Amino acid sequence: MPFGNTHNQLKMNYSAEQEYPDLSKHNNHMAKVLTQEMYESLRDKETPSGFTLDDVIQTGVDNPGHPFIMTVGCVAGDEETYEVFKDMLDPIIEDRHGGYKPTDKHKTDLNPDNLQGGDDLDPDYVLSSRVRTGRSIRGFCLPPHCSRGERRGIEKLSIESLSALEGDLNGKYYALKDMTDEEQQQLIDDHFLFDKPVSPLLLASGMGRDWPDGRGIWHNDNKTFLVWVNEEDHLRVISMQKGGNMKEVFHRFCTGLTQIESLFKDKGHEFMWNEHLGYVLTCPSNLGTGLRGGVHVKLPNLSKHEKFGEVLKRLRLQKRGTGGVDTAAVGGVFDISNADRLGFSEVELVQMVVDGVKLLVEMEKHLEKGQSIDDLMPDHK
Amino acid sequence: MASSFTRMMSGRNAAVLLASLGTGSLAAGYAMTNSAAAEEKRKLYPPSADFPDLRKHNNCMASALSPSIYASLRDKLTPNNWSLDQCIQTGVDNPGHPFIKTVGMVAGDEESYEVFADLFDPVIKDRHNGYDPRTMRHPTDLDSSKVTSGMFDENYVLSSRVRTGRSIRGLCLPPACSRSERREVERVAVQALAGLKGVLAGRYYSLGEMTEQEQQQLIDDHFLFDKPISPLLTCAGMGRDWPDARGIWHNNEKTFLIWINEEDHTRVISMEKGGNMKRVFDRFCQGLKEVEKLIQERGWEFMWNERLGYILTCPSNLGTGLRAGVHVRLPKLSKDPRFSKILDNLRLQKRGTGGVDTAATGDTFDISNNDRLGKSEVELVQLVIDGVNYLIDCEKKLENGQDIKIPAPIAQFKK
Repeated sequence: MPFGNTHNQLKMNYSAEQEYPDLSKHNNHMAKVLTQEMYESLRDKETPSGFTLDDVIQTGVDNPGHPFIMTVGCVAGDEETYEVFKDMLDPIIEDRHGGYKPTDKHKTDLNPDNLQGGDDLDPDYVLSSRVRTGRSIRGFCLPPHCSRGERRGIEKLSIESLSALEGDLNGKYYALKDMTDEEQQQLIDDHFLFDKPVSPLLLASGMGRDWPDGRGIWHNDNKTFLVWVNEEDHLRVISMQKGGNMKEVFHRFCTGLTQIESLFKDKGHEFMWNEHLGYVLTCPSNLGTGLRGGVHVKLPNLSKHEKFGEVLKRLRLQKRGTGGVDTAAVGGVFDISNADRLGFSEVELVQMVVDGVKLLVEMEKHLEKGQSIDDLMPDHK
Repeated sequence: MASSFTRMMSGRNAAVLLASLGTGSLAAGYAMTNSAAAEEKRKLYPPSADFPDLRKHNNCMASALSPSIYASLRDKLTPNNWSLDQCIQTGVDNPGHPFIKTVGMVAGDEESYEVFADLFDPVIKDRHNGYDPRTMRHPTDLDSSKVTSGMFDENYVLSSRVRTGRSIRGLCLPPACSRSERREVERVAVQALAGLKGVLAGRYYSLGEMTEQEQQQLIDDHFLFDKPISPLLTCAGMGRDWPDARGIWHNNEKTFLIWINEEDHTRVISMEKGGNMKRVFDRFCQGLKEVEKLIQERGWEFMWNERLGYILTCPSNLGTGLRAGVHVRLPKLSKDPRFSKILDNLRLQKRGTGGVDTAATGDTFDISNNDRLGKSEVELVQLVIDGVNYLIDCEKKLENGQDIKIPAPIAQFKK
C-alpha cells in the first residue's frame, strides 16, 4: 500500500498552529512560500492515493538548507500532488523556474532534426557529451510514496519495454539486488552504477525505502544509452559518449525516448505529462523537460577569468565539477550544462548548450593566445 | 487554547480507555480507510505483491514475518492509522549484520503491540529469550530499598548508571507522532519536571533554542544527544522535524538526566562517578515515581500493561526498559579466556566505554544487564550488583594468583 503519513485525519484534532512546522531557520523554496495560513488551508487535503501536505514538505522541514544553495524542499508523491497542492507548488515553481506562471504552457520538442549544428564541438576541449532526463509512468505513485508492489510493477514494465529495443539500442537490465560482483564492478568502472541515496534531501522524503528492491540499471551494448529504474524517479534516461558530438548524443536521446514511450503505450501505459508542467517528475526542479544537457570541457583559462560567471549567466548555463552536482572542478575541466528545465523545449535547451559551449571554447582559445574576450561577450539569452 | 485542550483531553481519555480494555477489543484492528483509489490499489496489489524481499536479512522481524502473517495484517490500522508496513520499514531497509541480530521493527503507538501482536509477539519472544507475551506476566518493582550490597569497590568501579524510558499514554511514539503530539510530549514532560525539588531540582534545555555556551557545557558533561544518524533510527522516521520539541533536562547536581523526544518520549538516566549503585538506583526510583505523580496530577499516565510492562518504541526495551551498568576496570579478568562465559552465566553484557557498538579502551568496560523483560527493576539491578561484585572478586583472585570459577548460569525467568 502507498506509504506516508496515513494518520492525517487524526492530526486534524490539533490546530494548524500546533502542527505548523518551525521554519524560522530554513532557507528553501518551500519555507519561503508556506505560511501558517497556507498550511491551514491545505492541511486537510489528500491526493486520491493518500499523499498529504506533510508528506510533500517533510524533506524541506528536515533539511533547512544552505545559506548559498536554495533547495526546493518538497516532493510529489503522485501526479495529482501538483494539482491538489497547487496553491503551494505554483509559487514554488514560479520562483524556481524563472517566473513560470500557473497559466504558462510548456512546449515539448523531441525532434533531433530541429537541432542546428552540435556535431562539431572541438574534441580537444570537449571531452564528453551527455543528455539526461526523467520519465514517470502515469497511474503509479512516485518514489517517495510508492508501495513495494508498485515499485516492482514499474520495474517489470520497464524491463519488458527496454528489452524490446533493438539495433544501436539493444541492451540488458541489471537488477541492483541480483547483480554479480563482476557485473557490479563493471558498472562502477563504466561510471553507470548508482548507489543507495545518502543525501538527507532524498532520504527524508522516503525515496530510499526498501532499497535495493525494484531498482536497477539498463544500458545498451554500446554503453551510450542508459536507464536508471526507481532511483529518484521512475526512470532516468541518459545518452552519452566521449567527445563533442552532441548532435549524435541528442539524436540517440530522442530516438530512444520516443521508442521507449511507444513501447510503454503498447502495454497501455503512458508517461505523466501535461501542457502546463510538461513531464511530471518527483522533484519540482525537474519539471518540464527534466533535461540536463551538458559537456565536460577544458576551460583552464576562461574559468579563472573574472567574467566567467557572468558569461555563463548570460548563456543560461551552469557549471559543476566533473563529479556531478556539489563537486569541484578538477584540472580546469568543468561540467557545463543548461540551467533551465521548464519553459523551454528540449531542442531549445540543447541548442543553448551547443551554441554556448562553442562560444566558451572560442573564448578559451582567445585567452590562450593572450587575446581579450570582450568582443565575444554574449547578450543575455 | 481552552477548546483545543478540551479536544485533546477527550482524544487522550479515549486512548486511555481503549488501552485499558486489554487485548481483545483491539486485536481485531481497524479496517484500512476506504477511498475509491485505495480500494482499487488494494485489488491491484494483493499482499503478495507487497511482501518484502527478506532473503538477505538477519533481524527478528525477518525471522518472524511470513507471507501469511503479512497478508493478514497488511490492511489493518491502529486507532491512530498506523500500519504494519510502517512498523517494519526499518527492518526492511536495514538487513542487519550476520553477527548482531537487530529487532527490525518499531511501534508507532501503544496499540501497535496489540493490533500487530501476531508479528510483535514472536519478535518479542525471540529478542527476550523466550518471554511469551501471550502467557507470561511482567513484574514491575521500583522499591529500591530492597536492593543489597549496592556499594562497589571504587578501586575498580569508576562510575555507575541506570537508564530506562517512559512513554506518555495517548500520544503517538517517535516514529509516528505528528509535530503537535511531539510538542505535547515535550510540554507534559517539561511541566512535570519543573515540579521536582531538592536534589532533583533542575532545568530544561530545548535543542533548538540552547545557546552555544549551554551546548558546549552539555557536550562537556557528556549529556548532549545529537540528531540520529543511525539508519536503524532514521528509517523508522524518528528523525523527522529535528530538532523540533527535542531537549535535555538535568538536575543541578548533574546526576539525573532526561532526554525528551529522542528515540522514546522520554529516556531517564541516573548516574554518578564512583561505585554507589544503591544511591544511583534510589535516585532513579525516586525520580521516576515523582515524575509519574506529577503527570498524573494533570491527568496523564505512562504507557504500561501487565504483559509487556512499560511500553517503548523498540520491542527490545519493553518490560523495564532498564539498563543498569558500571564502568569497571578488569585488566586481568578481561584477558582470561573464561571472561565471556562468566558474563553469559551472570546474564551480563560488555560494551566499550563509548556505549553500544564501541570497543573497550584499555581495560575498562561497560558492564550491564542483558535482560529487560520478565524480571523487575529491583531484580535486574540486584543481578548487576551481584554480578559486578563477582567480577571484581575474580579480578582480585587473579591479582593474588588464585584461580577463579565460572558461576552457575542464572535462571532466565522466575518460574
